[in-house]
Amino acid sequence: MSTPRKQVILGAYLGGVNHHTAWWHPEAGSQIDFSSFEHTARTAERGRFDFFFLAEGLILRERAGRVFDQDIIGRPDTFTVLAAIAAVTEHLGLAGTINATFNEPYELARRFASLDHLSGGRAAWNVVTSFDAFTGQNFRRGGFLDPADRYVRAEETLNAVRALWDSWDAEDVVADKESGRFLARPDAGAFAFHGSQFDISGRFTVPRSPQGRPVVLQAGVSPQGRAFAAANADAIFSPYGKLPEAADFYRDIKARAVAAGRAAGDIKILPSASFVLGDTEADAIEKYHAIRNEQVTGQTALILLEQIWNRDLSGYDPEGPVPDIDPDPDAAPIIQGRAFLHQDRFATVKRLREVAESKKLTLREVVIDQFERGPLIGTPAQVAEQIDSFVQNDGSDGFIVGSHLVPSGLDEFVDQVVPLLQDRGALRTEYTGTTLRDNLGLPNVRSATAVSNAKGL
Amino acid sequence: MASNPLHLGVALDGAGWHPAAWREPNSRPAELFSPGYWTDLVATAQRGLLDFVSIEDSLTLPGVPHAPSDDAVDRVRARIDANLIAARVAPVTRHIGLIPTVTATHTEPFHVSTAIGTLDYTSGGRAGWQVRVSGTAEEAAHFGRRALHDLTPAEIAAAVASGTFPDQVHELFDEAADAVEVVRRLWDSWEDDAEIRDVSTRRFIDREKLHYVDFESRFFSVRGPSITPRPPQGQPVVTALAHAPLIYEFAARGAELVFVTPGRATGPRAIVDEVAAAAARVGRTGEPLRVYADLVVFLDTEEATGPTRLARLNELAGAEFTSDAAIFAGSADELADLLAAWSADGIDGFRLRPGVAVDDLAAIADRLVPALQGRGVFRTGYPEGPLRALLGLPSDVPNRYATA
Ligand SMILES: Cc1cc2nc3c(=O)[nH]c(=O)nc-3n(C[C@H](O)[C@H](O)[C@H](O)COP(=O)(O)O)c2cc1C
Repeated sequence: MSTPRKQVILGAYLGGVNHHTAWWHPEAGSQIDFSSFEHTARTAERGRFDFFFLAEGLILRERAGRVFDQDIIGRPDTFTVLAAIAAVTEHLGLAGTINATFNEPYELARRFASLDHLSGGRAAWNVVTSFDAFTGQNFRRGGFLDPADRYVRAEETLNAVRALWDSWDAEDVVADKESGRFLARPDAGAFAFHGSQFDISGRFTVPRSPQGRPVVLQAGVSPQGRAFAAANADAIFSPYGKLPEAADFYRDIKARAVAAGRAAGDIKILPSASFVLGDTEADAIEKYHAIRNEQVTGQTALILLEQIWNRDLSGYDPEGPVPDIDPDPDAAPIIQGRAFLHQDRFATVKRLREVAESKKLTLREVVIDQFERGPLIGTPAQVAEQIDSFVQNDGSDGFIVGSHLVPSGLDEFVDQVVPLLQDRGALRTEYTGTTLRDNLGLPNVRSATAVSNAKGL
Repeated sequence: MASNPLHLGVALDGAGWHPAAWREPNSRPAELFSPGYWTDLVATAQRGLLDFVSIEDSLTLPGVPHAPSDDAVDRVRARIDANLIAARVAPVTRHIGLIPTVTATHTEPFHVSTAIGTLDYTSGGRAGWQVRVSGTAEEAAHFGRRALHDLTPAEIAAAVASGTFPDQVHELFDEAADAVEVVRRLWDSWEDDAEIRDVSTRRFIDREKLHYVDFESRFFSVRGPSITPRPPQGQPVVTALAHAPLIYEFAARGAELVFVTPGRATGPRAIVDEVAAAAARVGRTGEPLRVYADLVVFLDTEEATGPTRLARLNELAGAEFTSDAAIFAGSADELADLLAAWSADGIDGFRLRPGVAVDDLAAIADRLVPALQGRGVFRTGYPEGPLRALLGLPSDVPNRYATA
């Protein structure tokens, strides 16, 4: 009874560049015009969210060598949009998903530190490690990375980026007109980083930013991904939004963080979640089914399964049974440019067959039933209750929520669910600090020295 | 409005182009990395109805060009990312062009293309790109992916005198030209009407209107299409600063605007001819390359004359100010005379580099612009439309991949 109620952390994402986003809806707007980003970000800030979140994909998705034409496609450059959102919001954190494989540490450090300055301390980097020769075709450095090496590179990239951020102390810019001294020390920004992936040295141009170190998020669930996050990240963007598996993940990550010498509270677990609100529970469930039915067309269902089977399934009837053939892991990938989150194809296929069998579902119905990460469905009161109890029961520390409807979808969540969360004492009614670290209850990092002191080095 | 109105932009760099600018009473050196400083500067430029602001940047500390970073502590030895400054300013401005410098040498053309393309979206068609080539060993060491050797002062002097550059320099500009080509192809890789949102057939996109750019050169290859739809301007405005025929050629290959640095004594005629010759050598067709003259300006203000201000700044810096561009110190009217004379000599527009950002930008907006308006050579209000139109460039740019 004495444990204080956990505060729910909320992130907001603009509809995904995938079949979840209902571009066919009469109210759907642009997913590239800045007005859509502005609307969603302002709405999130009105709802006292912790941050706005952008995913990333650096190549258009293809099936058998042709670009998907059913789903919404087209994204802006993450940094550029986040810096623009900084102009139209005041407190909202600005989290960008940026690949560790297709960027160099000097630029990453520079752009995130610049964003942190230009937003008054609201920048966050979601480190992702998707890599493949397919995406690499868009980049001069190419894209092949042995799967075993991607977290080696990610970890080294992050260490190099942090070394760059730490090359300036908060006191290094004196800017004293009278004495004519601009820098406190001649070697401000000097850095050298030598590792297996990078051998770089010189001077970093960006003075220490308001947060010192922008917030770091990670998305990835393999053992290497978990180890990387537990040791390095301030938060995890997790795919687990349902209770037994979410609680297991939560315990696992917090335990790993503690083993890595951190406090359990130093790392926040944030699953992504969509939501559907209704006047009654039945109404919400009906709406949810209608939305899923529209999202998962027969063709979309086949494509989603093709990624697991890695076979051309176009000959199968979406309204028929789940394909009876085995996956073909060794063939050239049929679906490209889409992060693959199923660790074991055969196990996934087995599970899908079992579900279809026991629930008497068609191929498309199985996809509708199984490919949803844990939506929040119900009346506003029920959804507020689901969120709060999920967090209080250590399913997570909050959610990253988004709607299938861009850009107005978040409005009803903020109008109807947020006040109830606030009534429950689970969400702030006003922002108290100025930086994203303040929002998340993480200390700002004023200097490299402070980092080593905090770690007891 | 005169039929041939004058085009006028400013180049922003930290506290201003004089190394002691940050020490002036009105300067805000502690805010050089904060958004308010930059939005104020660009708002002033927009108040002056200027065509654009460009924002300097480099992947190394600002300082003496071609000299490895020294240990000076009396200068602004820091900067933040120019594209992000432009992005931060875009939603709070409406008309003025935003031309950040982005280095082409160590960066990914794919990221540059989406970054500038996105700036074009967030600004409603006001984006440009000042392409910068990086040739220093120091900058290369920040990336650790290639070794560059620094040209010695003697090599630089010899190159400038003879017009012949060492191979390394040719390579760097060839590579940058490829980067510009890739960026432009990626901007075109979606046709304007590729997004169809056809509910009846459940097709969001007409994939026949997406194009692989399939660029391959000895420097890199990029496949495409872009992840970002074609920017509102189709092709945002590409610019480059150039001081020699090799670089004029580079600009003529890929840019709409070239910034040049005529001397006060010689005037711009010879450079205008050299640029035209360079354009002919590289076989440029279509829209002519627009030639903008750069000038560092110290204008008369309420408080002191331009020459007095410059002398005081030089004293603070302990050295006479020098620049690659001509230095002007004087009244708005004198500057208006100079701009008129250079316009008559074939210059298409001007980019002023404020000696002290806060003071000289205000003087440009509040003194120079009214002087030009009084002569009937400068706009008295912004027209609606994209940056390209403001600059007198065709605003309907054909897409290289469109067939219909
Ligand atoms: C919730 C979640 C969101 C992700 N979002 C992105 C994304 O926006 N862009 C991207 O390139 N990869 C994304 N990924 C993919 C991860 O970066 C990573 O490549 C993938 O999870 C495989 O890593 P793992 O083996 O550690 O799970 C995401 C992964 C998860 C779990």
